[in-house]
Amino acid sequence: MKHIRNFSIIAHIDHGKSTLADRLIQYTKLVDARQFRDQILDNMDIERERGITIKSQTVDLPYVDENGEEYELNLIDTPGHVDFSYEVSRALASCEGVLLLVDASQGVEAQTLGNLYAALEHNLVVIPVINKIDLPVADIERVKLEIDQELGLDPEGAILCSAKEGTGIEDIFHAVVGKIPPPEGDPEKPLTALIFDAHYDPFRGTIVSCRVFDGTVKQGDTIRLMSQGTTYRVEEVGVFRLTREPKKELTAGMVGYIIAGIKTVSDTRIGDTITLDTRPASSQLPGFKDVKPVVFSSIYPIASDDYQSLLEALEKYKLNDASLVYQKDSSAALGQGFRCGYLGLLHLEIVQERLEREFDQSIIMTAPSVQYRFYLDDGSVLDVDNPLYYPDPGTIKSSEEPYIRASILIPERYVGAVMKICMERRGVNSHLSYPTPGRVEVTFDMPLAEVIFDFYDKLKSITQGYGSFDYEITDYRESNLVKLDILVNGEKVDALSILVHRDNARERAVKVCDRLKDEIPKQQFKIAIQGAIGGKIIARSTISAYRKDVTAKCYGGDITRKRKLLEKQKKGKKRMRIVGNVEIPQSAFLAALKTDDE
Amino acid sequence: MNRSDLPGLYIHVPFCKTKCPYCDFYSVTDTKRAVQWLSTTLMEASLYREEFPSFDSLYIGGGTPSLLGGPLLEDLLCGLRDIFRFDGGTELTMEVNPDDVTREKLALYRALGVNRISLGVQSFREDEVRFLGRRHSAKQAEEALRLIADEGFAEFGIDLIYGLPGQTLRSWRQTLRKALEHGPSHISCYQLTLEGDTPFSRMSGGGSLKLPADAIQARFSLAASETLSEAGFIHYEVSNFARGLEHLSRHNVKYWQHKPYLGLGPSAHSFRGNRRWWNARCLDEHLLKTGRGEKATGGSERLSADQMRLERLLFGFRTLWGVEMSEISGKDGQKAIDGLLTSRLVELHETRIIPTEKGYLFADGLPVMVSG
Repeated sequence: MKHIRNFSIIAHIDHGKSTLADRLIQYTKLVDARQFRDQILDNMDIERERGITIKSQTVDLPYVDENGEEYELNLIDTPGHVDFSYEVSRALASCEGVLLLVDASQGVEAQTLGNLYAALEHNLVVIPVINKIDLPVADIERVKLEIDQELGLDPEGAILCSAKEGTGIEDIFHAVVGKIPPPEGDPEKPLTALIFDAHYDPFRGTIVSCRVFDGTVKQGDTIRLMSQGTTYRVEEVGVFRLTREPKKELTAGMVGYIIAGIKTVSDTRIGDTITLDTRPASSQLPGFKDVKPVVFSSIYPIASDDYQSLLEALEKYKLNDASLVYQKDSSAALGQGFRCGYLGLLHLEIVQERLEREFDQSIIMTAPSVQYRFYLDDGSVLDVDNPLYYPDPGTIKSSEEPYIRASILIPERYVGAVMKICMERRGVNSHLSYPTPGRVEVTFDMPLAEVIFDFYDKLKSITQGYGSFDYEITDYRESNLVKLDILVNGEKVDALSILVHRDNARERAVKVCDRLKDEIPKQQFKIAIQGAIGGKIIARSTISAYRKDVTAKCYGGDITRKRKLLEKQKKGKKRMRIVGNVEIPQSAFLAALKTDDE
Repeated sequence: MNRSDLPGLYIHVPFCKTKCPYCDFYSVTDTKRAVQWLSTTLMEASLYREEFPSFDSLYIGGGTPSLLGGPLLEDLLCGLRDIFRFDGGTELTMEVNPDDVTREKLALYRALGVNRISLGVQSFREDEVRFLGRRHSAKQAEEALRLIADEGFAEFGIDLIYGLPGQTLRSWRQTLRKALEHGPSHISCYQLTLEGDTPFSRMSGGGSLKLPADAIQARFSLAASETLSEAGFIHYEVSNFARGLEHLSRHNVKYWQHKPYLGLGPSAHSFRGNRRWWNARCLDEHLLKTGRGEKATGGSERLSADQMRLERLLFGFRTLWGVEMSEISGKDGQKAIDGLLTSRLVELHETRIIPTEKGYLFADGLPVMVSG
């Protein structure tokens, strides 16, 4: 056990975590240069494109130090986004130490802090690594100062590294072996293993990633997932190299996988404890939570006959993503679809992109919503995440919406602009602190609904990329909510309804009406677009009618081209939805969701 | 509509003295190559002798066919008559440019069997003709029309263009009335549109040319229907009017009824059964290939039943023959037709759905609207 190290890399988005992971893998020669692709651990297309890790993967790195001692270094990769903070916390609970990566040009950011706090909560050894020192704009001294003053870590221990150029990698291995303690645990005690991740394999079912704290598990054992009480027979255990490598057993201190005929990822819970059915542990490992979705939106197939195909795609998708929840939904405008719950807005975008790309679905997604709470006259309480189920306003005694504590780290010069957008988005209870000269941490209590749209993009743009943002959901607070309906030629388009704070309703309505005006093509009649609360119109726009839409000539040389154009339009029509007598293209539904003017 | 099913023959004469800035029909200005073009076109014709033994329409278009000198035209027509059989009442149309018209030329056309003339007038206003980059004047066009009537051509058509920047409804009506004064049997009114890579489309892209909005174009189009139908003309296709059903362009109607036709010369299109093919848009390639005794086909397609149906809808909504009810399938299609009937874009005549004047304005959009 003293030759095992379990560690993770934590970093703000774009600080080079995946590149560093690649370098560490390359260094251990697990993979030869020819096979090497950048960001080996990020094996989904979206991950490569966006440079973020969505689904964490773990790899066991063999390492031999200069004295010939052989080590097994388990690098537990973590997703780098606030939507997945619970997954991150379970990965960290499986480690004894972390490499805290800081970009030499960007310095400490909000998520760096959030990550550090998470690591300290788990009593992990934190090794600061200053990455990207090769950049011309790298400012190592400033970053060291921030590490000292903002993170309270010893900057002299920080390793200087350029993952891109491969410098400092040897130092990192030294530090991992020298500074991070080996795991503790007793192989003879009853089994306790923490599930920190799970993947779906079409041939083997669910591959559970776990850290064994005490005890031993091997093929043939019957394991019990403690939070659910379900039992499975172990088919195979092993460790992660770049592929799975079966082992005779996993014992205390080890990180590896268990295959036990578990059908879907949803049958497991991240953070759950695995024990042996015959000799169970007396209690679960601490920290287990059943994660609940915080953002909701509906997904509809663009062509209504594709409903079945969408259902199948969701079922398949769900095999590998337990955090997505969905149930049937139906809309007068869009037909049969699904109401889905996500961990956050990034998660929503990932689901959307993967359904479109990997599962070849053409979908319309409705406006994201949080879960609102309504207290009704009859004393009942109603949680509503779908505007379709907005209660009769006459029966509402009071309403509430979820709030977050937002933490934003910025250079001092942006304070004014950031305060302004936070206040525009109903931020209250602001607090400023100055961790180092020139830098400010702004915290605000804000409605979650105000950040799920485009807050992060907006923050990035007004701070020219220097602002970073982290949040946690705190509580529900009273809020004056109304349902904003959108009408096209007098017909309500239910899929465009949203719940909003009364003060924001008008502005949102005007924006949606304007956007739809640009997106809905002219038709042979005038189209009125209206925003309404109850029966009251609060915004409107008009699309003038088409008067002529025919080309002059249709002779021998024109026919094929004309027919091809019609064929293209017919295809495009499949992507239209008809509301009343108005054809609304898919792009209109998407555009209506955006609040910003690009 | 019960015309003979004999094919039509189209000859593309790919030469113009000057190129008009709105036109993207294929032509070159090197007229010296006409002699070579003639001999290869006749060679091309002989390659189709088996497949297309006889015709009942011959349309000589371009380009500017009236650039062909007397002997060349004589060689062309005699050559074609040697190769193919032409039905007794064959419609023989010649596209003519006003500034090429002389009494002698018209007499020659008559002598060679040309029985229908299509004159590219475009406008009777000097400023508009100049704007369109034509090499003739409005006055020349009027003179040409007098000569055509004098020569005794019973069948002649006038081509007009509307929707010019700055054109008024008044000036458009004047042009229409002027056209009527000359007693044509046929009038085509083409909305000025931006085609492919033409000077006008480049100017429009660069912002120096702005065409009237669709609402104005619609009024021009309705003005034409109004003025011409008052004069007894039938609006039988989006852009075409005839002084009676016996004056339709027999040749052009074949295009809209999936009748067979053969096109010879560069860029010409042919159709038979469910197959369409076309020659390369390149005189050199055409000369080279046909000179070697090969067909100069640049592309072809075989239409599926669905594509044939879509084309029937396309043609149907552009012409007074409309669309047979049975072509409309599905609940969505029926619903769309009901909507079109209510909004008076179409009318029901027994089992056919016929576009109204207002329907012609949206003819290109209707096929997609009614197909599920």
